[in-house]
Amino acid sequence: MEQYMIKMENVKYEYSSMGEDSQLMAINSINIAVKKGEHLVILGHNGSGKSTLAKLMNGLLLPTEGNVYVNNMNTKDEDKVWDIRETAGMVFQNPDNQMVATIVEEDVAFGPENQGIPSLEIRKRVDEALRIVEMTEYKKHAPHLLSGGQKQRVAIAGILAMRPDCIILDEPTAMLDPIGRLEIISTIKKLNKIEKKTIVHITHYMDEAVEADRVLVMEQGEIVMEGTPREIFSQVEKVKRLGLDVPQVTELAYELRKEGINIPSQILTVEELVKAL
Amino acid sequence: MLKDITIGQYFPGDTFIHRLDPRIKILIIIMFIASLFFIVSFYPYILILGFILLTIRLSKVPIRYVLKGLKPLMFIISITFLINIFFTKGEVLFLLGPLTITKEGLSQGIFMALRLIFLITGTSLLTLTTSPISLTDGIEKLLSPLKRIGIPAHELAMMMTIALRFIPTLLEETDKIMKAQMARGADFESGNIINRAKNLVPLLVPLFINAFRRADELAIAMEARCYRGGEHRTRLNELKLKKQDILTVSIMAIFFGFIISTKYIEYI
Repeated sequence: MEQYMIKMENVKYEYSSMGEDSQLMAINSINIAVKKGEHLVILGHNGSGKSTLAKLMNGLLLPTEGNVYVNNMNTKDEDKVWDIRETAGMVFQNPDNQMVATIVEEDVAFGPENQGIPSLEIRKRVDEALRIVEMTEYKKHAPHLLSGGQKQRVAIAGILAMRPDCIILDEPTAMLDPIGRLEIISTIKKLNKIEKKTIVHITHYMDEAVEADRVLVMEQGEIVMEGTPREIFSQVEKVKRLGLDVPQVTELAYELRKEGINIPSQILTVEELVKAL
Repeated sequence: MLKDITIGQYFPGDTFIHRLDPRIKILIIIMFIASLFFIVSFYPYILILGFILLTIRLSKVPIRYVLKGLKPLMFIISITFLINIFFTKGEVLFLLGPLTITKEGLSQGIFMALRLIFLITGTSLLTLTTSPISLTDGIEKLLSPLKRIGIPAHELAMMMTIALRFIPTLLEETDKIMKAQMARGADFESGNIINRAKNLVPLLVPLFINAFRRADELAIAMEARCYRGGEHRTRLNELKLKKQDILTVSIMAIFFGFIISTKYIEYI
């Protein structure tokens, strides 16, 4: 158990809407173990339960059945809820709706301020977090004057300043333009490789899954595929049946193979395809 | 179009006035307002005018910024002025149709108008030289002793901060929704007042729904960042009183104390 950052055991979660008998099973018997330092990507189209899964991972939602452990702390343990949220920080989809303060550095400081950390230490953490996401020069700016990608990087800095071991990103690029997406993807890579943070990245963009250590595919509250990006995307037809796309390059290679050109099936990047051809 | 609206009227600078602790500035303004209402003759106004001019000078705020604050209130000032002129009894100066203008009325009118003008310029000097953030910080700190009698100082300050944060966001959104509705043929600019108000419904409904959704998401995000109210919370920039803050507030207390005392000196 030691080496796991997040461990979900047989977790179920039901949304019950008031006045109706029907209950929606958002998460159905899921077992996940996220290793420390791992870069995990969870894929799934809208309504597959990915966001619910994310909220279960830091105690924003409690499972209807089963247990979720964050660094060996059960999310059902009320005394531990703040420790859990300090351990597993969460970045949300809409960058506008997760910023509290009117100045970038004040917003980054919001988390550590809540943790009750002394001023001098907060200053240190804020500067460090802004440096990691490369937003230092904007620290006195007002958030509404930043671009989407910049806002989302500030939101990531706000989580980093709390010094979590694990960062959960719930579709952080869904509302961004392509440039903003690239900024966030390279930031996430940096967090995992250089800052050694455990990353749980939830998305429906396939291209973003290519860099992951492991990919999970969700469908109707269940995990339907699991493996390295290479293993997942080589099953082009199965992925497509689930309503998801494969990265463009992989799809091209797949179509070429169908046409009888002999290239390997496990192609993820342009370089690999060029080499194979 | 809506983006032109600025929040507050902060005039950035790095002068002595700008650097004063916000708590001190709020206290001084409270003393300033109180003393204004104790003034019964014209002479203390000279001191008040001197105080305002000196502050403007020290803060390097252009005088037209200060005067701009008066513009929206010109109407109230003129009404006050006119009512006092026409409805104060006393020695008749001259007649204007059915209206009489008295000597007392004239001086009373000018007196009241000046009081309003000083009130507005004085308070707008506070908001011109203090950023909204330090203003909220100052209010939070000043109110915190009242927590014991149940005044939620931290919560009030937090609400103000969030309001300030979301005003530009919501303005942007209003602009967007307006354009979207106009593209579908909505008309926001013609018709009488009632029609115009009716036409605002397709703007307000989505705006409100979105605002509630934002509030919900923000609450979750704040919770995920360990927000649990004001207790045990520390600040990035703690307010610390400096020597010059104490000195300024003491001098100002004596100054306004003197102005208040003029009321009683006159009548002894």
